[in-house]
Amino acid sequence: MHDETKSRADILQSVRQYNPGPVEMPSLNREWIAYADRVQQFSDTLQFVGGTCVPVPDLAAVRAYLQNFEPYTAAKFVYSLLPDVIESTRDIAAISDPHDLEAIDLALVPGDFAVAENGAVWVTDRDLKHQRAALFLAQHLTLVVRRDELLDNMHQAYQRLQFEGVGFGTFLSGPSKTADIEQSLVIGAHGPRSLIVFLVG
Amino acid sequence: MATKHAGAAALFVKNDERAHWHDQALWFVRVKRDRAAQSLPEWETLRETASAIKAHTMSRLGDYLEEFERNAQKLGAHVHWAKDAAEHNEIVLRILQSHGVKKVVKSKSMLTEECHLNPYLERHGMEVVDTDLGERIVQLLKQPPSHIVLPAIHIRKEEIGDLFHEHLHTEAGASDPKYLAEAARQHLREKFMQADAGITGVNFAIAETGGFVVCTNEGNADLGVSLPKLHIACMGIEKFLPKAEHLGVFLRLLARSATGQPVTTYSSHFHGPAPGGELHIVLVDNGRSAILGSDEFRRSLNCIRCGACMNTCPVYRRSGGHSYHATVPGPIGSILSPARDAKKYADLPQACSLCGSCTDVCPVKIDLHHQLLAWRGEIGRRGLLPMSKKLPMLGLAFLLKRPWLYSLAGRVGRWFMPLVPRFLLYNPLNAWGRQRELPKPPRHSFRELYARRNQKPR
Ligand code: SF4
Repeated sequence: MHDETKSRADILQSVRQYNPGPVEMPSLNREWIAYADRVQQFSDTLQFVGGTCVPVPDLAAVRAYLQNFEPYTAAKFVYSLLPDVIESTRDIAAISDPHDLEAIDLALVPGDFAVAENGAVWVTDRDLKHQRAALFLAQHLTLVVRRDELLDNMHQAYQRLQFEGVGFGTFLSGPSKTADIEQSLVIGAHGPRSLIVFLVG
Repeated sequence: MATKHAGAAALFVKNDERAHWHDQALWFVRVKRDRAAQSLPEWETLRETASAIKAHTMSRLGDYLEEFERNAQKLGAHVHWAKDAAEHNEIVLRILQSHGVKKVVKSKSMLTEECHLNPYLERHGMEVVDTDLGERIVQLLKQPPSHIVLPAIHIRKEEIGDLFHEHLHTEAGASDPKYLAEAARQHLREKFMQADAGITGVNFAIAETGGFVVCTNEGNADLGVSLPKLHIACMGIEKFLPKAEHLGVFLRLLARSATGQPVTTYSSHFHGPAPGGELHIVLVDNGRSAILGSDEFRRSLNCIRCGACMNTCPVYRRSGGHSYHATVPGPIGSILSPARDAKKYADLPQACSLCGSCTDVCPVKIDLHHQLLAWRGEIGRRGLLPMSKKLPMLGLAFLLKRPWLYSLAGRVGRWFMPLVPRFLLYNPLNAWGRQRELPKPPRHSFRELYARRNQKPR
């Protein structure tokens, strides 16, 4: 068994032998890409990566949309963190083992904000807690983001982000996918087979 | 006598149809990368910024390592240090054993490939399942990945159909990617549900916050660590960024360079263990600090493993990843591998036409073809050149150092070459003439023409 304290000291010493003096850090403070029509850009990009953007005026419209959405109407296990929009089919607060989330057919989860340049939505486990697996186990995932929380680019995103109390957060762009078999795109690798982002407002 | 790479490449191109298919498949990815890069007016600024951030980070890497450790520990993670592959494997095994782990799911990590973690854990009685579809395919085939982003890029769908028929009991003769991917999804879902621990690689670690980011398209890393309670993240010590805001630059570059996507489907940020879980981060040197000390090759540590240099490389595309007999193939692999073992990988810097295409696409602006050239010199100086390269080089050096001999040889050649029978010119000793015709020698050399021109009255 090796001595980890010694390895640590050795690595740090070895790394510090390269000591070129101060090397300036570039500034990120400049004009990055911005879009005249952010919603259009977000919607086009999300479509490009296999997802769907649905702009709606309010949460009631989200509910109305889902009531005509087959993966929801046919779902046996609905997981919803927005009970005002749709109800979960089980008492999800009582689920202590994430393995019990395996059969989720459709999940509805709020996102903090979205990014136009790459169709990503920032989703954290603030409300999911030990159930973050729900994001990846659900056959179909639907996200709700406020329209005024749509940013142009990733630099703005990181200006907004803070990680205090956020153990897990992910930029989620489209449904899960793979192209590992002869570069043919297949949607629905391990995670959701479809993704809808409702832009509300 | 061909070098190791040239020998393996010759085998690869023997199957003409497959070689062309491979070439085209990768070129297709390169074209997608171009489109994505061109969609951003600030692309070049991003590359320059990324390169400068890395230069700064490397200048203070020791401080950032310590800052990361402090912050990660504050968040409740355990941080481990491993000097080499053996220490890394030992640490991972000990953590797994102390939790009584039998089954592990692993997402893509070139570092664990480099350390040969899988066979090590298997020898200790554990089941290790690679969950990235491409990696699962090569794992079932008992092969190493042939590409760092597209591990199974060298395999045809019919072969995957046969493989899945054998292991996953899909229908015989099936080759529809959708059908096969669905079968893999079901198979791997089961593995996820049964796993006692999840191992991931790390794309970027953030000193300022003590967190790290893992990027996938399949969601396999996330699934693998959100079901079991134990998460082990393995990373090289070069993966650091000082601040979270720097991720903005790197996440914008990574997927666009890799596959032409605007960003990977999941860019997941882990800060501390999951509620009720345990997180271990293993920091691995394994030769990296030595590269950091080298002025010539330091910048190769800036690599973010996007694979763009492979997709664009005319040699890689036509020789396949396995011909590099190294964990990381292609241009960047031909720089990193000799740094680890110059003798074993002496042939790799030669497997390059110095066209510079890799340097043009690299998102962090590594001067790849310069470093490949520098490695050639280094390998020559250390006396590690293979005979097939050494002899002609010696001959050429002798000739070029003697102008009189050079001009004599030229004259003799121009007179002699058209007269000699083919078999004297095109024989096994002339590797250059194997697929090529020699040009017709001109009647007069440049020097002769130049001398005559000067004699002419103006
Ligand atoms: S060297 Fe550059 S182009 Fe090649 S994999 Fe690394 S980051 Fe990508």
